Amino acid sequence: MPTPATPIAETAPAETELAVRLRGIGKRFPGVIANDDINIDVRRGTIHAIVGENGAGKSTLMKILYGVQPPDSGTIEIGGAPVALHSPADAIKAGVGMVFQHFMLADNLTVLENVVLGAERRHGIGAKARAEITRLSDAYGLGIEPDRLVEDLGVGARQRVEILKVLYRGARVIILDEPTAVLVPQEVDELFGNLRELKAEGLSVIFISHKLDEVLSVADEITVIRRGTTVRTVEPAGITARQLAELMVGSELPSPSTETSTVTDHVLLRVEHLSLPSPEGRPVLDDISFAIHRGEVLGIAGVEGNGQAELVESIMGMRATSTGLVELDGVDLSDRSVHERREGGIGYIPEDRHRHGLLLDSPLWENRILGHQSRPPSVNHGLIDKRAARADTARIIEQYDVRTPGPDVLARALSGGNQQKLIVGREMSGDPVLLIASHPTRGVDVGAQAAIWGHIKDARRNGLAVLLISADLDELIGLSDRIEVILRGGFVGSFDPEDVTPQQLGSAMTGAGEQA
Amino acid sequence: MTNARVLKLVLGVASALLALVAAFAITSLVLIIAGDPVGEVWKTILRFPEPRNRANIINNATVLYLSGLAVAVGFRMNLFNIGVDGQYRIAAFTAAVVAGEGWLPGYLNTALAVLAAILVGAAWAGIAGILRATRGVSEVISTIMLNFIATSIVAYLLREVAVREKGSNNIGTKIIPEGSRIPSFSIGDGPGTEVYGFVFIAILAGFLFWFVLNRTRFGFDLRATGQSQTAAVASGISVKRMTVIAMLISGGIAGLVGLPILFGDAYSYGSTFQSGLGFAGIAIALLGRNNPIGIALGALLFAFLDEQSNPLQILVGVAPEIVAITQGVIVLTVVISYELVRRYGVRLEQREVARALARPTDKTEEVPA
Repeated sequence: MPTPATPIAETAPAETELAVRLRGIGKRFPGVIANDDINIDVRRGTIHAIVGENGAGKSTLMKILYGVQPPDSGTIEIGGAPVALHSPADAIKAGVGMVFQHFMLADNLTVLENVVLGAERRHGIGAKARAEITRLSDAYGLGIEPDRLVEDLGVGARQRVEILKVLYRGARVIILDEPTAVLVPQEVDELFGNLRELKAEGLSVIFISHKLDEVLSVADEITVIRRGTTVRTVEPAGITARQLAELMVGSELPSPSTETSTVTDHVLLRVEHLSLPSPEGRPVLDDISFAIHRGEVLGIAGVEGNGQAELVESIMGMRATSTGLVELDGVDLSDRSVHERREGGIGYIPEDRHRHGLLLDSPLWENRILGHQSRPPSVNHGLIDKRAARADTARIIEQYDVRTPGPDVLARALSGGNQQKLIVGREMSGDPVLLIASHPTRGVDVGAQAAIWGHIKDARRNGLAVLLISADLDELIGLSDRIEVILRGGFVGSFDPEDVTPQQLGSAMTGAGEQA
Repeated sequence: MTNARVLKLVLGVASALLALVAAFAITSLVLIIAGDPVGEVWKTILRFPEPRNRANIINNATVLYLSGLAVAVGFRMNLFNIGVDGQYRIAAFTAAVVAGEGWLPGYLNTALAVLAAILVGAAWAGIAGILRATRGVSEVISTIMLNFIATSIVAYLLREVAVREKGSNNIGTKIIPEGSRIPSFSIGDGPGTEVYGFVFIAILAGFLFWFVLNRTRFGFDLRATGQSQTAAVASGISVKRMTVIAMLISGGIAGLVGLPILFGDAYSYGSTFQSGLGFAGIAIALLGRNNPIGIALGALLFAFLDEQSNPLQILVGVAPEIVAITQGVIVLTVVISYELVRRYGVRLEQREVARALARPTDKTEEVPA
């Protein structure tokens, strides 16, 4: 294993000020060691980040600390006293609270109602509760009005309500699971401001994230988890994002960054006046026109829910009510079915691989056939050639480094990254001229991410047109030849990835900033 | 990988046995509570059948098998065709009328009648398929409704075309001419050991079911749609089209259900024609896990229980309806035991994957790419 060049500062916190002390935590699932000898010290009044690849064991560890699952071995001390956590109720009693990645709020209730729900015994449901919420909101600078309806709040505000819910229940240790995944850069800054307030009041924050730059900017200490065990705890001052990532994967890691431009004059995908009406009146897609050339990656940036998914599904032919022209290499596909469009040369990596990309309870070789039912080698003259399908699946497994014992395993048994690699391999095997990649690296580990980036770059080099939709702005900047920003169903700005910052994109995505 | 396949088979058989044992235990409990002689009842039911009983079991199973296949086609696509009952009755009635009229000579007449039954069964189920595809009407509701309508239509039309049977109050369609009947064959000595010739058509239907579902693109599309509609849409399958076609096929097979009886035994459709076969098919498809061999075993089991329970009243003084309890309980226990065994299988496979991957991943750590 290569060691990073700069030495990394090891920290040894003083015993007295520990908010959480984990020693030798282990947790096994059938056939998988999720956690093994985890040791973490979280000091009082600090932000402690926990980073690691997907599947490294972060979620399991947090579930153990929040009482969702009991550990098989090891001890947990909170505020110096050993505790046994059998349920989240125990954890809350011990002063540990958790903010999940997916918010757990009732949209049609007010902030006050959401906060007191399940904690009615603390301060009742009336004036006392309202006073307490206001007090907490002021004390930590959360800026929350107790009587607003949650459905009227933005994503950032909803997250603050979740944090307030946890504080209201008396938490002194707050776990945040990937809190920035849903936020635009400006909201991230606000969140970090709030976290610093919490820490100033003596609370401890455990911050789980993939995004290493954010971790470095906000955390006081960072613990790296790899393969279920704690690798090292470091201070952000002594380490770079790259070194941190190398600690996470245990090897050198590539970055997205494109090579020299391969863009040609030949238009492969032409979309003109694409619109998609919605029953509520305002169109979901509003007169979108663009073209992608041979060897070009067009990136689409936008806050989720601004029409990205609908744009992709309209190009794929999955939206019957869309209007406008979709032309692939000179052939008008506007009135063609999904099947005909796929046969015409569109490869599709869907946003939600479990819903749109895989048959989870079918073996890998049947998943190889999905979307290619009309084409050799797997299907000939309407008959399935199982042997050829299995052989071609074995080829994908080999070429795309899908980690599986063989093509007969059910898709469900693979990890997310390996499922995604299988999908990429499958979609590339149909010899597409256009590759639509919707959040291709969402929820996959760093190793698979690098591999998928490599495949997209290969596709571009081989003269495909690539439509890339992503919420990861670094990924968009690194891979795209051009970036369009989508807002409320329309394109609102075109950027050159050579000289755009995530902040500029963030402004355009929220409709706030000037356009480049 | 043959290992994995053997394991899958073992798990499948184990789950069916588990369900049967549980169902027998619960039935025994009912007998004990009612104060009936448990041992005697099981001795009567589980004794080795006489040749006459064996023929009855096979005949009955043939009918149940077709019903199970019809339901299973729907199940494979997540469609719940409760309407097999109505479909087979309206189809058998049509076949009886066509065959009874005898427009064509001999077996041509038979073929025409069978074709008519398939088409009418398919059309009747197709109504539910089209309603589902175009208006989103749940096929569960529409097929139940169509059952009632089928019952009434058949009763009405029977009066229109019927002839009175000699010396009885029963009415029925015209008797099928002898040259158009499907001959039975004997599996033992003595009377009553005749088995429907239609059993071969049922076996052929089972083979076609397996072939179409597992070896053709169409079958793949159908199974994919059943597993995940969203993934099917993204892969280019027209779900609406598949819904209608699956209902047509299910109804077409349902159209065959009454024919073994019609062409091998009854020779006419009358007011006493056997009913309720469609509902048994649901239980049998569940028991057989929508697999043609499994459905065959399920059909034989149900037919066996029905046949063997007949002498219960005479021999041990217990109502033969006790096997209806067993059959009902089987439906519940199979669902539970299959789910238990499925979860166990998934855990086993995940462990297998983890074990197989443990080695290569260790290697990558030593030699980073």
